[in-house]
Amino acid sequence: MRQIAIYGKGGIGKSTTTQNTVAGLASLGKKVMIVGCDPKADSTRLILHAKAQATVMDLVRERGTVEDLEVSDVMKVGYGDVKCVESGGPEPGVGCAGRGVITAINFLEENGAYTPELDFVFYDVLGDVVCGGFAMPIRENKAEEIYIVCSGEMMAMYAANNIAKGILKYATSGRVRLAGLICNSRNTDREADLIEALAKRLGTQMIHFVPRDNEVQRAELRRMTVIEYAPEHKQAEEYRTLARKITENKLLVIPKPLEMEELEELLMEFGIMAPDDETKVGVAASASAAA
Amino acid sequence: MANELGLTVKPVSGITPEDEARVSAWIDTPEYREKNFARQALVINPAHGCQPLGAELCAHGFEGTLPFTHGSQGCASYYRSTLNRHFREPAPAVSDAMTEDGAVFGGQNNLHEGLENAIALYHPKMVAVFTSCMPEVIGDDLSAFIKNARQKGFLPRELPVPYANTPSFNGSHVTGYDAMLLSILQTLTEGKKIEGRCTGKLNVIPGFDANTANYREYKRILDAFGIPFTMLADISESFDSPNDGNYRLYPGGTPLVEAADAVNGKATLTLAPYATLKTFPWIKENFSGAHASLPMPMGIARTDALLLKLSELFDRPVPDVLKAERGRAVDAMTDAQQYMHGKKFAVYGDADLILGYVAFLLEMGATPHHVLCSKGSKKIEKDVQALLDASPYGKGAHIWMNRDLWHLRSLLMTDPVDGLLGDTHGKFAARDAKIPLFRFGFPVFDRVNRHRSPIVGYTGAVNMLTEICNKFLDLVDETCDERHFEMMR
Repeated sequence: MRQIAIYGKGGIGKSTTTQNTVAGLASLGKKVMIVGCDPKADSTRLILHAKAQATVMDLVRERGTVEDLEVSDVMKVGYGDVKCVESGGPEPGVGCAGRGVITAINFLEENGAYTPELDFVFYDVLGDVVCGGFAMPIRENKAEEIYIVCSGEMMAMYAANNIAKGILKYATSGRVRLAGLICNSRNTDREADLIEALAKRLGTQMIHFVPRDNEVQRAELRRMTVIEYAPEHKQAEEYRTLARKITENKLLVIPKPLEMEELEELLMEFGIMAPDDETKVGVAASASAAA
Repeated sequence: MANELGLTVKPVSGITPEDEARVSAWIDTPEYREKNFARQALVINPAHGCQPLGAELCAHGFEGTLPFTHGSQGCASYYRSTLNRHFREPAPAVSDAMTEDGAVFGGQNNLHEGLENAIALYHPKMVAVFTSCMPEVIGDDLSAFIKNARQKGFLPRELPVPYANTPSFNGSHVTGYDAMLLSILQTLTEGKKIEGRCTGKLNVIPGFDANTANYREYKRILDAFGIPFTMLADISESFDSPNDGNYRLYPGGTPLVEAADAVNGKATLTLAPYATLKTFPWIKENFSGAHASLPMPMGIARTDALLLKLSELFDRPVPDVLKAERGRAVDAMTDAQQYMHGKKFAVYGDADLILGYVAFLLEMGATPHHVLCSKGSKKIEKDVQALLDASPYGKGAHIWMNRDLWHLRSLLMTDPVDGLLGDTHGKFAARDAKIPLFRFGFPVFDRVNRHRSPIVGYTGAVNMLTEICNKFLDLVDETCDERHFEMMR
């Protein structure tokens, strides 16, 4: 069983990419489970055709204790026999979402959700690794392969580099490795080249460039993956290719995160960022117009 | 290996007796001390408790008050059992028993249900809420939770519910005491200040003090002056109530009406500056009358300062009975001086206490050779240093801030002293160093009635020197050879 965690900046398309890739793996005959690790619980809707799956923490809230729960209560099976679990969490602004992820994953482990016939377990994790709870999927004996979803936008690359720093922290004490960047295209200039370059600097690869295609959105409106909605469409083939590449991927590395200076140099090289003009730093638009 | 019953005993570890002896000798060396003091990420046997413990003690000091831990049950048991073991009295308190789900969803439901239950079962006049670590880490908003409880009707309209945020991962029991006292006073005195009103009373704040006899000593001194007072907070009955066959859930504490009226007091006096770091500045802003801060009155000079301050605040002469008491204490100190003069001591504990120990020892001509505080600060260090500098016996003394009792052990082994002043936690170090431990601090789990013998005031000075000197004399009698075993000492 290979356990894989998907990280990336918030809103970059982690859940969409994960579910389409998982559907791709399922269509290739693989047995997969998705564990959503985000209190928003939107990691399984395309597989289950559901608005929102009842989460582990929803049921804990209902019953008052995690002890009375069984795996069958929280696990749903969707397209391609993909098993789906959502950790869930508290209402925004109260309690501790990170602890919710820990509670949910501990529950799954202790109650035998990780069955031997599974080929893959995918963790779809909240955008930023804000605390130890969201690093739960990459702790010892869990995911050893991390893919970072990113695009050619500046903030997405900052986030990818930060996540690489997080992986480095865990990599030295365990077996977690960076397996590649998935570029989810935003149609920015020279995007593929830029992500290739970033991947190279990090010591990894751009495992696949997923082009932008509205077919994905059309499928999403029907709460479906492209793989299921339009299996013959070229975008479905992109996800199947990504799935195949992941299956065959052997390049697992300890990342070499960039210093902020290096990252900015890279962005400048590709014209994403203008070279620093210190005279402009901290000067408001009105002030610079007046001058 | 066989024991004394001839039964085979499996060795606990594979370490040979030779290795054990080697290491046990090594940890007494200066070389080990150096390594011990280079230690950074580890604390061994620190000389302080956690914030909620202090908060609970404070809550017990008010009439009909139920201490309420918002957090986990095990934590609540620790505060209660620490107080139980020290006073050998019950410490009635409750917790809302947050568990795994509470940690994820926040503890509002626990708090609300807990308040409903506690009020229905124990009919408190006030519920004092404080927190364990878990709700602090997840950021529970006590202020909002308690407001919501009121809106939803879980709380009787008039019931005061002060709350304090008391995370154990910073500060100590003293910080927690301060936070709870501040919150209780803020809650009770809200809207109670009346322009032109003066209760004519003195508000006395003893701070975190787990010696019930100290409270009685303060009362005795104030009664001798004829000064009416309100003690904020008074645990002397709560933890030293008479055993007459009746169980009282709330045996004592400062009456809430009096505590509320304290805002209109004639004067407010804190006798524990370090236990009122937050409370006292707030009092200065908000309470009527004069405000004064004095060190805990241990030894002659510090008791003198208290009596003179009382005399000044209430414009009354120092009563003759207290003057006579002072004379007797000075006499007792003179008589006993030869047994303590020149002796070296190590002291540790809360800031207010160690400053008192140091002042007393210097008055006796003894040297407080090691002064250790496991929750130290630059300010405490400065205060101790000023005391040491003012006496010829303070020369060569060492101040150790933010060090624990394992550091203290190294100090005792490499730079030895004659006696140790502190609490029960120091008994291991004292045993290894083969010196007596004088249990004047908190907690004391292994002796009886320590909390029934005051260490403040002139009486306290006599009590301390009696205990210390007689112990040294006992040691002489127990260890001297036959020809030196004499009637006179």
